[in-house]
Amino acid sequence: MNNGYKNRLKDSIFKYIGVFACFIGLILLAILIGNILYDGFNRIDWSFLTSLPSRKAEKAGILTAWSGSLWIIIFTFIIAVPIGISAGVYLEEYNRKNQLTRILEINISNLAGVPSIIYGLLGLEIFVRYSNLGSSVLAGSFTLALLILPIIIVATREALKAVPASIRVASYGLGATKWQTTLYQVLPAASGGILTGVILAISRALGETAPLIVVGALAYVPFTPTGPMDEFTVLPIQIFNWVSRPQHEFSINAAAAIIILLLITFTMNGIAVYFRNKWQKKINW
Amino acid sequence: MKYKLEAKNIDVFYGKLKALNNINIGITENAVTALIGPSGCGKSTFLRLFNRMNDYIDSFKLNGDILIDDKNIYEKDVFVDELRKNVGMVFQKPNPFPKSIFENVAYGLKIQGIKDKEFINTRVKDALKQAALWEEVKDDLNKSALALSGGQQQRVCIARALAVEPSIILMDEPTSALDPIATAKVEKLIHTLKEKYTIIIVTHNMQQAARISDYTAFFYMGDLIEFDKTNTIFTNPKMERTENYITGRFG
Ligand SMILES: Nc1ncnc2c1ncn2[C@@H]1O[C@H](COP(=O)(O)OP(=O)(O)OP(=O)(O)O)[C@@H](O)[C@H]1O
Ligand SMILES: [Mg+2]
Repeated sequence: MNNGYKNRLKDSIFKYIGVFACFIGLILLAILIGNILYDGFNRIDWSFLTSLPSRKAEKAGILTAWSGSLWIIIFTFIIAVPIGISAGVYLEEYNRKNQLTRILEINISNLAGVPSIIYGLLGLEIFVRYSNLGSSVLAGSFTLALLILPIIIVATREALKAVPASIRVASYGLGATKWQTTLYQVLPAASGGILTGVILAISRALGETAPLIVVGALAYVPFTPTGPMDEFTVLPIQIFNWVSRPQHEFSINAAAAIIILLLITFTMNGIAVYFRNKWQKKINW
Repeated sequence: MKYKLEAKNIDVFYGKLKALNNINIGITENAVTALIGPSGCGKSTFLRLFNRMNDYIDSFKLNGDILIDDKNIYEKDVFVDELRKNVGMVFQKPNPFPKSIFENVAYGLKIQGIKDKEFINTRVKDALKQAALWEEVKDDLNKSALALSGGQQQRVCIARALAVEPSIILMDEPTSALDPIATAKVEKLIHTLKEKYTIIIVTHNMQQAARISDYTAFFYMGDLIEFDKTNTIFTNPKMERTENYITGRFG
């Protein structure tokens, strides 16, 4: 057996292991989704989307849950996106590299890996208790905003890093200030990457349960929030509540709600992918 | 004789490395001055002194005076953004913004806060005409500049520099990324531009320096070895080093 043959053999073995690993993942996912679709698809109708929660499974709907999710996401977006992008721009474009900023940078990357329940505890202390926001939409949004800030900051920095220096130099060469260069050239060129990061971060926030439970989101809210200071529930909590009930009808409800949640998440990811492709096609440096 | 630009007793350091050593030179208005010399001798460093693009390099340090119209541009009361409106630059690799041709050329005006559409349109058109690109792109100014050929992109970059009406244009090997035909176009363009502008061009191409420049400066390892009329440099150089370099015996 010569060396070339051995190498090719190794190569093809590795290929099959890879394919196998991929298939396991895909098949498990397909079974999971298939199962949920089978259980919940027929349960989805107009009244399911527009009904308040109820003790009777067949009357219960997800109106409060999805409207709560919507409120939370909108406020999380408003809080996290401007701060995250600004922080990313500062760190990447303005910040002078020294020991302090290096520590700052490492810590931001580490923060992205902190378990979400820790953020929940932080939110409980700072927003719910100390800032007296109570278990409101606002407290939940601030907590989730903290959670996704590192993701947005890191994505923003990556996108800015990908903008070639020649663009900045060209802009400075025409007399543009740093701020003009950032605003007119660098940010637009990086917008696709930033947008992708933002959408992925927001989808992450949409699926979070633990921190919101800690902050005090309720499992049963008989009304939809009318303002940022109202109490709320969100889709994942509603789902969690339903699956933990013994009655089979409720687990059907849960499956139906999962389908809705997945639909929203997939749509958002789809938009992210769309923009990324569009951006990559447009800019071939 | 009065010079448009002057360098007086210039020393440049990058950290410990001395990149330029006691350079004195005067650059004539409405003429093309070529900077030649082997790689790493400090041509780009010298060129970037005139629009202060070296300022972004952390280790950069300068001794001496750079005068434009008798004013030292490294004094505290000089704003670099004002300076660069007067001193345009064209880079080695075409670097158009990932935007339309129009937006590229109009950018310099936009950052000056100019809003008058009529005025901007005229300036863009004039700049593209001066850059000998108008005929090729006039039907589709909204096309992405990145969709143009390399030679066209470089002329967009030249038009972009011209649109703010500088009086000086710095060019750092502007044709080194272009094919012979595009190079010829840009050279012809430089020739016509010197009626209105003072041009300094870095080039590695001896024929190019001989063809397009009025004055030539030969740098070697941070020293200015010889500076004279291009004709003299190429037919009757005073220094042996210069002769060796332009005849291709080293470098
Ligand atoms: N940003 C920088 N930091 C540190 N040293 C630098 C920097 N830029 C240039 N140098 C050094 O300064 C010297 C002159 O470089 P410069 O780029 O001016 O040469 P050049 O004549 O333009 O060369 P080339 O023909 O290859 O473009 C070189 O020794 C180079 O290594
Ligand atoms: Mg150079």
